[in-house]
Amino acid sequence: MTQIPLEHGLLLASALFTLGLLGFLVRRNLIIMLVCVEIMLNAAGLAFVMAGAHWGQVDGQIMFIFILTMAAAEVAVGLAIILQFHWRYQSLDVDQASTMKG
Amino acid sequence: MNWMFYIVAAITLIATVRVITHPNVVYALLYFVVSLLSVALIFYMIGAPFVAALEVIIYAGAILVLFLFVIMMLNFREEHETHWLRKRIWAGPGVLCAALLAVTIAFIAQGPMVSGFYRTIEPSEVGNALFGPYLIAVQLAALLLLSGLVGSSHLRRHERGSLLRKPEGGDSQ
Amino acid sequence: MYDLLWLIPALPFVGFLILTLAARSLSQRVAAVIACGTVGVSAVLTLGMIAGFLWNPPADYAHTVTLWQWMPLNSLEIAFNLRIDALSLVMASVITVVGFLIHLYSSEYMQGDEAYTRFFAYLNLFVGFMLILVMADNFALLLLGWEGVGLCSYLLIGFWYQKPENGFAARKAFVVTRIGDVSLLVAVFLIFSELGTLQLSEVLALAPDRWAEGSTTAWVVSLLLLGGAVGKSAQLPLQTWLPDAMAGPTPVSALIHAATMVTAGVYLIARMHGIFELSPSAMTVVALVGTVTLLTAGCAALVQSDIKRVLAYSTISQLGYMFLALGVGAWAGALFHFMTHAWFKALLFLAAGSVIAALHHEQNIHRMGGLRKRLPVLFWTFVAGAACLAALPLVTSGFYSKEKILWDVWISPLGGPWFWSAAILGALITALYSTRLIMLVFFGEAKTEVSHRPGKRSSFVLIVLAVWSLIGGGIEVPHNFGHLTLLSNFLETAIPASVELPPGLDLQLWILLLVASAIVTGGVLATVWLYGSGSPLRQKISDRTSGLQRFWLGGWGFDTAYDRLLVQPIVWLSQINRRDGVDGLCRVAVSLGRTGHFLLSTTQQGRLRRYAIGISAGALALLILMLLQ
Repeated sequence: MTQIPLEHGLLLASALFTLGLLGFLVRRNLIIMLVCVEIMLNAAGLAFVMAGAHWGQVDGQIMFIFILTMAAAEVAVGLAIILQFHWRYQSLDVDQASTMKG
Repeated sequence: MNWMFYIVAAITLIATVRVITHPNVVYALLYFVVSLLSVALIFYMIGAPFVAALEVIIYAGAILVLFLFVIMMLNFREEHETHWLRKRIWAGPGVLCAALLAVTIAFIAQGPMVSGFYRTIEPSEVGNALFGPYLIAVQLAALLLLSGLVGSSHLRRHERGSLLRKPEGGDSQ
Repeated sequence: MYDLLWLIPALPFVGFLILTLAARSLSQRVAAVIACGTVGVSAVLTLGMIAGFLWNPPADYAHTVTLWQWMPLNSLEIAFNLRIDALSLVMASVITVVGFLIHLYSSEYMQGDEAYTRFFAYLNLFVGFMLILVMADNFALLLLGWEGVGLCSYLLIGFWYQKPENGFAARKAFVVTRIGDVSLLVAVFLIFSELGTLQLSEVLALAPDRWAEGSTTAWVVSLLLLGGAVGKSAQLPLQTWLPDAMAGPTPVSALIHAATMVTAGVYLIARMHGIFELSPSAMTVVALVGTVTLLTAGCAALVQSDIKRVLAYSTISQLGYMFLALGVGAWAGALFHFMTHAWFKALLFLAAGSVIAALHHEQNIHRMGGLRKRLPVLFWTFVAGAACLAALPLVTSGFYSKEKILWDVWISPLGGPWFWSAAILGALITALYSTRLIMLVFFGEAKTEVSHRPGKRSSFVLIVLAVWSLIGGGIEVPHNFGHLTLLSNFLETAIPASVELPPGLDLQLWILLLVASAIVTGGVLATVWLYGSGSPLRQKISDRTSGLQRFWLGGWGFDTAYDRLLVQPIVWLSQINRRDGVDGLCRVAVSLGRTGHFLLSTTQQGRLRRYAIGISAGALALLILMLLQ
């Protein structure tokens, strides 16, 4: 068991989160966008577990489990939407779905 | 053993960068698996073996397999994004995300350095906490999963006249 | 017995609710059964109440049932109280029984109409509100019923709303009666501020203590109440809505615009008799309004060519008789005429409806004719109704009720020979136009084919109403033959006795009776001769008076005058007020909202990634703010 400073762990988490966000903003493929959302969720989970480990508390891990649950549900719904999207547009380009504009 | 953490962290970051830059979806997903496995390793190193196992089993296992299933189901032609991923596109979001990262680092740097109380947390401890004080949250999570199930099974329907209509003339403006 | 009182108004409301909520799933037959059934049970209950009332009268001859507290305020508690006494029972019995018969008639008459259920829903709602109106124990409840029947009248006049002129007629009825309603409302406020109560019985008990006889307050309150009554009962000067209200289905004209709702004004004045008695000059105003109305409306009825408009003007004129009776203090006479009028005018309207239906919806009497042989049932019932309207001596109920009013007018200190002669003139005019109607519709040569004959239910209703119109006058027979005063005796428990009969006037009474009978019979015979013999005199009269005829056809030019004096100035004012400063302010607000909407809607691009950028930029801004603090 290593004693990593909390700050370094949080730095890693925020770097991961930012990368996920960057991917979400740049990519146009819906599946990759969903993956990027997963990266961001994972980063948040990492921050929780990091802080929990730092204080020797169990709550961080509990939060990670809940994030995991939520991610699973979200992926299920998201993938269903992707299927529907592909059936409608014959493509996964998110920019094609732009009819709902003011 | 701290150096191991930094190596693994570096692997994670590199893998994640590849996820968001690789034009091929399947490869991107494989890089994501690498990223998840290395995060699991970090979990193990900081004394959370239970969530490390969950990360591998559920994230890298179940969820990623789900992604692959969908890709197989859609059976689409190799839809490379190379022509979408021009350098210019990266500029704006890159600046934005860099600023976000800088602010976050500033936040982390602001906090006082405190020495932690590190120990390995056994799976049994996690289980006791889950079914003790967090029982209601577990039930809510069950509800969430159920609604996810219902929602996805409803959304994937293909029939005409289902939730989403096929785009035709006179759809919107 | 009285425990079931609440059911009387509740049942029609229940019918209304069922018909409204389950409108789509009910067949026409079921809807008709529900509508007729609820009103029919109400009618039976009302008659039972009357029987119980006669058999075993409650203390003070009035019974009040408190259903629930309606508006409990600090100093004032308005309860949902129903009160029955002789007056409200007479009103309620006419409403429910005539209402039931008209429901029965409509179940056949309206067959095939798309909105069959809606029609019966409105009709039931009307009966419910009308019962609330006559059984209310306080002014708040009375106003609820008052406005409720106004609403139903509006809905039913505009029942066939696809035609714009029907909607116009409905709006006109609503707006014109509204003028009277405001007057009634002010009267209620005044009564409350002066007497501190809205309870009808308390108002009547307190009024003589607070206001001296002939006091200005009593005068003002009486006139304001009269204003409300005038609006609802279509008396001068607010009578213009009733002829146009004939746009509604004919059973509606029979129920609302002849038998029940328009007599609400009569009920109001009879109910508030205590206040009117404090102000003899207001009583005289009531009598004057009645007299002028009965003459003008009678003249207008003489020249109308639409069968329903003839009947509408005749309704206004007969209501004028009731107001005249109220004005001279002949309370029982007015109520008696209300009863007989409800019977025979409902009969006339329903028979007219059958005639119209038989002739391809032809309403012009000049294109009718010769129906006597082809529609015998309609002919005989219509003749019975018209005879009652003309007050043909001895055999008709209209004769007895009109005779009672004439006699009371003669002997009342508030009446006198002038009012009497005007009323006799009105009776002559009534005889003339009712006979003219019969002659034009049923005699002469046939001008339109008969396409449809009245069915069993319609004929049954018509015959019942005709029989009752002929014999119903027997409940109140003049002093000099028979002296039967069943109705007066009954009503005396609620409102003061009619004009007291000084002794030793038998000879006068006989003379007046004979004069009236002679004039009426003469009028009828003269008209029969004029139209039956084909004499050139008819053409001559018609030519000489063509200008007058046009004037009367337009109802004495009231509509034109109101249009010139009120409507057009208001339209002009609102047109020049269209673009003033206040409007400019509103416009600025509108254009601001529009610009804001335009700016915001441009940000709505439908691009998911742009939204994500917006979200992260917002989060970044928030974080920077926190960092700087």
